[in-house]
Amino acid sequence: MKHYKLTSVSAASIAIASMGASAQAEDLTLCWAAWDPANALVELSKEFEAQSGHTMSFEFIPWPNFADRMLNELNSGGKLCDLLIGDSQWIGGGAENGHYVKLNDFFDAENISMNDFADATVYAYSTWPKGTENYYALPAMGDANGWFYRKDWFERDDIKAAFQEATGRALAEPKTQKEMLEIAQFFQGREIDGQTVYGAAIFTERGSEGITMGVTSALYPWGFKYENTPGKYDMEGAVNSAEAVEALEFYKEFYKTATPPGYTNSYMGESLDAFKSGQVAMAMNWFAFFPGLYADPNTGGDKIDFFVNPPQNQAGSTLGGQGISVIAYSDKQDAALEYIKWFANPEVQQKWWDLGGYSAHKAVLEDPGFVDSAPFAGDFLEAMGAVQDFWQEPAYAELLLAMQKRIHDYVVADQGTAQEALDKLIEDWTETFEDEGKL
Amino acid sequence: MNDTPISRAANATPPTVARKIKGLSDRAIAWIFVGPTIFLLLAINIFPLIWTINLSFTNFRANRLNREVEYVGLRNYERILTDSDIWLNMQATAHFLFWTIFFQVVIGFTLAYLINKKFKGNDLWTTIIVLPMMLSPAVVGNFWKFLYQPQIGLFNYIIAFFTGKEPSSFEMLGSVDLAPWSIVIVDTWMWTPFVMLICLAGLRSIPDYIYEAAEVDRASKLRQFFTITIPMILPFLMLAILFRGIENFKMFDLVVQLTGGGPGSTTELTSINLKREAFEKWRTGYASAYAIILFVTVFGLASIYVKALNKVKER
Repeated sequence: MKHYKLTSVSAASIAIASMGASAQAEDLTLCWAAWDPANALVELSKEFEAQSGHTMSFEFIPWPNFADRMLNELNSGGKLCDLLIGDSQWIGGGAENGHYVKLNDFFDAENISMNDFADATVYAYSTWPKGTENYYALPAMGDANGWFYRKDWFERDDIKAAFQEATGRALAEPKTQKEMLEIAQFFQGREIDGQTVYGAAIFTERGSEGITMGVTSALYPWGFKYENTPGKYDMEGAVNSAEAVEALEFYKEFYKTATPPGYTNSYMGESLDAFKSGQVAMAMNWFAFFPGLYADPNTGGDKIDFFVNPPQNQAGSTLGGQGISVIAYSDKQDAALEYIKWFANPEVQQKWWDLGGYSAHKAVLEDPGFVDSAPFAGDFLEAMGAVQDFWQEPAYAELLLAMQKRIHDYVVADQGTAQEALDKLIEDWTETFEDEGKL
Repeated sequence: MNDTPISRAANATPPTVARKIKGLSDRAIAWIFVGPTIFLLLAINIFPLIWTINLSFTNFRANRLNREVEYVGLRNYERILTDSDIWLNMQATAHFLFWTIFFQVVIGFTLAYLINKKFKGNDLWTTIIVLPMMLSPAVVGNFWKFLYQPQIGLFNYIIAFFTGKEPSSFEMLGSVDLAPWSIVIVDTWMWTPFVMLICLAGLRSIPDYIYEAAEVDRASKLRQFFTITIPMILPFLMLAILFRGIENFKMFDLVVQLTGGGPGSTTELTSINLKREAFEKWRTGYASAYAIILFVTVFGLASIYVKALNKVKER
């Protein structure tokens, strides 16, 4: 009998102890877009699971639905995500609408310094209002829009000779936007190995953010600005400057004369498909895809090379990438913060880069071996030195959709002039900022 | 006391159910059964409608719950009705409605007329023709997107075969002129069978003896067609037009899959535009006003149409 009692007490103790342990171990859900870096993060996070005892679940949404799905989740106060790697433009809305936990106190308590991360990424992914030291995210995935091309075609003697004859200069990575257009036009409709190929795959998508991300890759190098004075919303003369008009006309010429037929509604996926199927000589896309492109058995390896978005009047690249935030509606904020702390560790950041994620930590980026660590690493660093982002206002979606419409109307649907498109864009944006009480 | 068959029958009628349940009249029992339905209707249909009307006079945004809501009077309505872009969307919707209904009625009626003739295998043909209607609009949109692809799409090759043009020389979905027609073609392909089925039901409801009487009167086939077939099938045709009109006014998924509203805003129908305003831009007050305007338009047109339909049926 005594023995029986002892056994019972022991069993109860073990059960209570194990209950105590399981109460501390959480199952965290991290939400992000479904793309190559997300797979790398799953791999990376196994180390966190082993160290912390927490388990990680992932909710990856395809890019076309990512914003709709996640913003609905945030707006409804949903508890699906404990951690969210949200787009840079969402930071204003995330902060002002109370979706994201403010991280300043946590950073101070855990000695996480934002000075350890690349300045451009801290500014773009973490802070709201801009220029202040209010942090709502840790830079998670540095990214910018860049270019890749068929190196094997560029190195062929017959093609080099034809290009020299056509343009009077050597075929090489373009140094300016206009050189890039010239190369694209040279390849447009050319027959290579019995197949008709085209100049370049650029972004023209209408529904979400595609054509805006594409056209800003031309606008920024021409000197486009959203405001004359930062924070004043004085757009007249900036958004529709002579340089902006020229850049927009350039993008339209690029679309009309140097892209594959039917390329009217194309974004990341279409760009990758066009390149991998051997249709185009060059393509624009986010650096996030470059590790996968380089690893492609058909068009990767020694057949591909990469270059930063070429300058025109100045250097400029369209910012991509995201910060990681703790969701204010999560019941597991402590565990989520543990993940942030772990992720901010320089050693983890190095592994993140090694696995195919783009670290924004200076310990990784400023390492002497970084530039040679991948064929696109140097271009990535250069791009991140001259990135610009779209409005990050809480009303960014309204601002973005207005630009999508005006640009697509002009570039793809041939309606009006570049000047009219940008003038109308200012009207749309003015109305939005008036509604917001900022004008 | 009259002892007629009628009074005997009346006396034999059992007392009403209500009298068997203490304290409940017929009216009360009726309310017990109908009440929940009326409550649900009020909760699901009427309350949201009234709430939407209320929101349409505000600057409310569903994604900014911590922002103060202000009443802006008729400003949302004024903005919508004076916005040239919205009028272009209305035009695109009207174009889509008119041509889809026109082609679906003409082709649907013709098919029904042919299928109605008794020939071997007409049941099989009916099944084959009806198949597109069974598919999901999203699947149909994707399917036709490939068919319209300028480089590999079958549609372009067929047109090129007949016109002698290069298949990649024209873009059905990318051209401002062709994109609206590309949607009309797909919707017609998908929904003509629906009109055909309604017409077929109408044609089969015409009694044979009417045609036999016409034959006796030596009326020509053409005369029979215009004086018997068309008048008797007209209510069915009008019903088909009503159904297709209401459905196509709400058209969304097919167009989103095919063109996403582009190129530019060429195929941005009001339903797509409304979705952008409400759930992408999150201008809830503005979108509510937009929805009310569309509701009044459809409700008004449908009411006039139903009156005309009733008159035709009464003839």
